[in-house]
Amino acid sequence: MSNSIHSFASSEGKRPVAAISNRPLLELRNLSTNYISARGRRVVRAVDDVTLTINAGETLGIVGESGSGKSTLALTILRVLPPAAHIVGGQMMFEGEDLVQKSDAEMRRVRGKRIAMILQDPMASLNPLFTVGDQVAEPIRVHEGASRATAWRRAIGLLKAVRIASPETRVRQHPHEMSGGMRQRIVGAIAMSCEPRLLIADEPTTSLDLTIQAQYLNLLRELQREHGLALIFITHNLGIVAKMCDQLAVMYAGRVVESGPVSRIFNAPAHPYTEALLNSIPRMGDNRERLTAIEGQPPNLASLPPGCAFAPRCPVAFDRCRAEAPPAMDLGAGRTARCWLAVPAAAEAGLQDGAV
Amino acid sequence: MSTTTETSLLAAQLPSRFSFVRSRDFPLIPLLILGIIAFVAVFADLLAPHDPQVGSLAARFHPPFWLAGGSTDYLLGTDQLGRDVLSRLIFGARVSMVVGFTAVIFAGVVGTTLGIISGYLGGWVDQVIMRVVDAWLALPALSFAIFLAAIVGPSEMNIVIILGLVFWTRYARIVRGEVLSLKEREFVRLAIVAGCSKWTIMRRHILPNVVNSAIVLASLMLGVVIIAEASLSFLGVGVPPPKPAWGVMLSDGKQGLMVGYWWLTVFPGCCIMLMVLSSNLLGDWLRVKLDPQLRQL
Amino acid sequence: MKQFIIRRLGYSLISLIVLSLTIFFFVRVTGDPATLLVEPGASEADIAAIHHQFGLDRPLVVQYLLFMANLARGDLGQSFYYQMPVSELYLSRLPNSLLLAAVAMSFSLLIGIPTGILAAVRVGSFWDSAGKLFALLGLSLPSFFVGLLMILFFSVYLGWLPSSGSGTALHLIMPAFALGWYFAAAHMRLMRSSMLEVLGSEYIKLARLKGLPQALVIGKHALKNALTPVLTLAGINLVLMINVAVIVETVFAWPGVGRLLYEGVSFRDFPVVQGVVILGGAMIVVVNLLVDILYAVIDPRIRLET
Repeated sequence: MSNSIHSFASSEGKRPVAAISNRPLLELRNLSTNYISARGRRVVRAVDDVTLTINAGETLGIVGESGSGKSTLALTILRVLPPAAHIVGGQMMFEGEDLVQKSDAEMRRVRGKRIAMILQDPMASLNPLFTVGDQVAEPIRVHEGASRATAWRRAIGLLKAVRIASPETRVRQHPHEMSGGMRQRIVGAIAMSCEPRLLIADEPTTSLDLTIQAQYLNLLRELQREHGLALIFITHNLGIVAKMCDQLAVMYAGRVVESGPVSRIFNAPAHPYTEALLNSIPRMGDNRERLTAIEGQPPNLASLPPGCAFAPRCPVAFDRCRAEAPPAMDLGAGRTARCWLAVPAAAEAGLQDGAV
Repeated sequence: MSTTTETSLLAAQLPSRFSFVRSRDFPLIPLLILGIIAFVAVFADLLAPHDPQVGSLAARFHPPFWLAGGSTDYLLGTDQLGRDVLSRLIFGARVSMVVGFTAVIFAGVVGTTLGIISGYLGGWVDQVIMRVVDAWLALPALSFAIFLAAIVGPSEMNIVIILGLVFWTRYARIVRGEVLSLKEREFVRLAIVAGCSKWTIMRRHILPNVVNSAIVLASLMLGVVIIAEASLSFLGVGVPPPKPAWGVMLSDGKQGLMVGYWWLTVFPGCCIMLMVLSSNLLGDWLRVKLDPQLRQL
Repeated sequence: MKQFIIRRLGYSLISLIVLSLTIFFFVRVTGDPATLLVEPGASEADIAAIHHQFGLDRPLVVQYLLFMANLARGDLGQSFYYQMPVSELYLSRLPNSLLLAAVAMSFSLLIGIPTGILAAVRVGSFWDSAGKLFALLGLSLPSFFVGLLMILFFSVYLGWLPSSGSGTALHLIMPAFALGWYFAAAHMRLMRSSMLEVLGSEYIKLARLKGLPQALVIGKHALKNALTPVLTLAGINLVLMINVAVIVETVFAWPGVGRLLYEGVSFRDFPVVQGVVILGGAMIVVVNLLVDILYAVIDPRIRLET
């Protein structure tokens, strides 16, 4: 299994990790978010029992199909959920504080200030009726109480930092006067405006063409290195994960089915779903005729099977998988997986747990 | 995302054909109110305690029975000619029902027919009909109705024709839009290939598919038409005076209002409101049930 | 752009012609229009004079052309009751109508916009249900009943407001409210749906993610975007208000264009009725044209359609 992406991933995995204190920056413990219909009849478990950690300065990639709950997870961390979605359990320890317990007013001071987020669509995420400068300066004014002039000056600096030419004139323009790549960088500038500790980027490059994508990813990495910030990178592109991330979490039907260091997972995936995902990326030097797409239908979150959610599509599923959902099993070396076949010993232990 | 579960849930909730009556959003009360008004309208002769058009001058301006000076003889009081308000309300229901329904149906038949013809035939026929629709829609409905009423003079029959002439355009525009998309559908093309004549296609294939929309629109128009009839009667160009129409009663009661004879305006006003409210609620429900595409209306 | 305006102008012109044809047709369809156009109880000689003035003895086509020629010159005929040209009469009443419509519009926006925002922001809550009820009542309570109830309450029982007439600001309150009532409900409904659409947008999500206070998210980012369609509708409705105020102006004896129409009907002053209807229709055709052109200027995508 030696190919370009894998070797790239392992070489990039040696980035300095700025975890000075031994406490992780963000620790999600058994986090669950449900969509509950108006009359409470239907419950969709969009995020189900998710446990993840991210250290300062580290990059965590979250991959999964659309509908796997990765965007809901991001919005859960910031508690900007649609009205039907509710956090129903778990903890989110951020710098020693549980975000789940915070009041709305306290949470508002976290958003944009200590945790920032970049949304997918740069065309749609800037307000068409306000100038770019106004929108970049806004968080600075709100969170730091800076005067209009100060905030505006810093906005110009931020535009310069995200490589926007002649920022002094650009601040006075409206979003529709700029290209997609430029708008994406402005969204990045907004996210960086208050120097957050954690940045969540939800598929930030899907709508950009390839060259601009590469430029943008480089920019994000530079910003990360300069400010020592942690990055959660949500994507379905494993190539980007290989290039950008230290840690990886694979989501399926609202659950994290596998997590651990990128290089280890890429070299030896523990979950059949991860393996299928890895097999579906085209690689150089690949002499197969066709790409293997994952067989079967994506899961219907409203009616999940009783056992493992992946069982209906899993090539190696056996009776137990269809009857009983595997718990997250510790595979050592910072790795976990939700699969009965991940570790025979763990499988035994799980069986005994279930029998008690 | 979950169509299968939703349908199975629905099936579980709907064990029989008529259980939708028990569903939460079924407009039971509005339907009951309309039913009562219809019942009263049909049996007005049996229900009304007095002659609605003949009063006794000795019994003018009696208040309702629960007020000082009121009597149980005139439950809701009497008007300036000593006529029983309750009896006039009961017969007024008949006027509102008859005028409202016939005008809505008349407008619906004309509008749907012309809408189908316009949409299906296209070309100059479409151009002519749609230019008329555009121009007539620009006329404020009430002014147009007043203008027509001033020409033909007041009578119940004329009111129906006038309201039909004023409101058919709204059906025509919506039906035409539906027909334009139906025209592209497979079953219509098949009918053309099978050699059906234009008229057969319009009658057998297009009409049944626009009937739902027309019914939804009709239910929504009922309230509008009732208000329009009451407005015309209120202005004195609607149902001619001796007949007891709610709008006429309001107009008559206006004079007594300043000296505190509130029952002459409040009761007929409430009747109009209840009827319009009920038909609007019913229309909203029908719109959601029958034609989700019209939700934006 | 130019092509779009020309085409749109053509449609409006056709609408105006169809409008005049309609009026012309209905006046003649019922028999001798002279009986409508002549004062009630006029002599044979008067009728003959009308016949001659409108060329009623000539072919229909000639009659229509004469009718149009008069219209084009702004000649809408002579009012019997006021003994003056209908156009002058109309213009003398128009300022009152505009005043009433402007105040009614302010009422409707002051009520409709905040309630619409509240219903959208608290969607599914008590406020949303209350807003829905309000919208339903706005459509179901006829303006004359609202007007009469207000007279009963504020004039008869409380004695606070004059029940009819004009002249002071107090005279304006009730008619403006009764007229604005229906429109308040319409503006509320549009404000709610427009706000809901904006609130679902990505830039509102980003505004929340920036940690902006709710007041700033709604009051700055959402409001400015959601207001555009409401204000467009309000522009059209302002003109509509002038033309649907017949009932309210009659109830409160407000001397506007609507009251003129009522007077025309009650005094059997047909040229006045005809004039008010023609001018009302023409006004709406023109406003629709202006709104379409304005939209095309703002949004280039519209030019490509239809």
